Amino acid sequence: MIRSEILREIAPILRDQLVVCNIGIPSQELHAIDDQPSNFYMLGTMGLASSIGLGLALAQPKTVIVIDGDGSVLTNLGTLPTIGNNAPGNYILMIIDNGSYGSTGDQPTYTGKKTDLAGMARAAGCDNVVVVQDVDTGPALQKAIAGGRATVLVVKCDSGNAKMPVITMDPVIIRDRFMKAVRA
Amino acid sequence: MSIDARIVDDLVANGIEFVTTVPCKQLAGVIEEVDRRDGIFHIPSNKEDEGMGLCAGAWMGGKRPAIIMQNTAIGVTINTLATLIQYYRMPLPMLISYRGELREPVACQVEMAVHTKALLAQLNIPTYHFHRQSDVEELDMILKYTFMCSKPVAILTDANFWGGYGDQ
Ligand SMILES: Cc1ncc(C[n+]2csc(CCOP(=O)(O)OP(=O)(O)O)c2C)c(N)n1
Ligand SMILES: [Mg+2]
Repeated sequence: MIRSEILREIAPILRDQLVVCNIGIPSQELHAIDDQPSNFYMLGTMGLASSIGLGLALAQPKTVIVIDGDGSVLTNLGTLPTIGNNAPGNYILMIIDNGSYGSTGDQPTYTGKKTDLAGMARAAGCDNVVVVQDVDTGPALQKAIAGGRATVLVVKCDSGNAKMPVITMDPVIIRDRFMKAVRA
Repeated sequence: MSIDARIVDDLVANGIEFVTTVPCKQLAGVIEEVDRRDGIFHIPSNKEDEGMGLCAGAWMGGKRPAIIMQNTAIGVTINTLATLIQYYRMPLPMLISYRGELREPVACQVEMAVHTKALLAQLNIPTYHFHRQSDVEELDMILKYTFMCSKPVAILTDANFWGGYGDQ
């Protein structure tokens, strides 16, 4: 499965949750599949989805699901120790590990080679790291939501992108409606 | 009252409850003070752009944030300031040690000091420079201004403000 197929499958689960979504095609796909005010789309700032989600989870009690990418986690590896030492029970970091920089044309990342993101997360102090294959994402995500424990979920899948329109919504509107969904 | 306690009192009085830090020798006392306060959640970050991501999330979660960092970090946060904090219009007070200014003992620090104000000006970031201890009297107003306009705002605090380096 490629990222968009996973997103389509888990959209009904994501719909009722606060979601912080990674830059580029991941946000475009989620926006096209099931746009919700409770989705925070990153339009830039590669790497910071996990950090934004962590700040959000620490600031309020609702579950926060971060949809991140292997390339973006690799560019902000300092996030893993911060998560390992601080993440509260309402924090779920779901890393779509397609072994590539999907948005920029599927150039390989090191996770498709020798690098093991789950192992790095564990070494950084994340206690609850789960690795699943693409087809098992839905149940694994539901389990993480129900579990109430900080979770790093590494989803192994194929590289590839669906053709979706760019997001033209004003960033302040994305942020404002998201904040209203947080408070609702 | 120590200058560190004075600064953190102003943060607390302005409702700031979420503070991330990356250390600088000049900031050691204020970071210690932040860590001591029950009303503030202190989360050290490993890089300042990561810290700004944490602050953005905390803000959207309903908590007023602040970042405490060294001016060299302007070099690693420009993209984050432009595409996250400014683009989504979020407030972010940045208490910044201004290394490489008068009384600086380490020559390398001057190399970023000479770019600091130019970079902040290029980004249209409101910038205040604390040079004497009495300048701290403006901190409360600067914090109110930051949350009024929802912008990142820089407070540069140089060695003279902190009383030199003690041993230099
Ligand atoms: C600082 C910076 N460098 C490079 C880019 C270009 N860029 C945007 S998305 C992306 C790939 C992200 O890959 P990943 O996180 O694995 O997500 P995927 O698209 O594979 O799901 C890159 C390299 C950028 N936006 N910012
Ligand atoms: Mg990828």
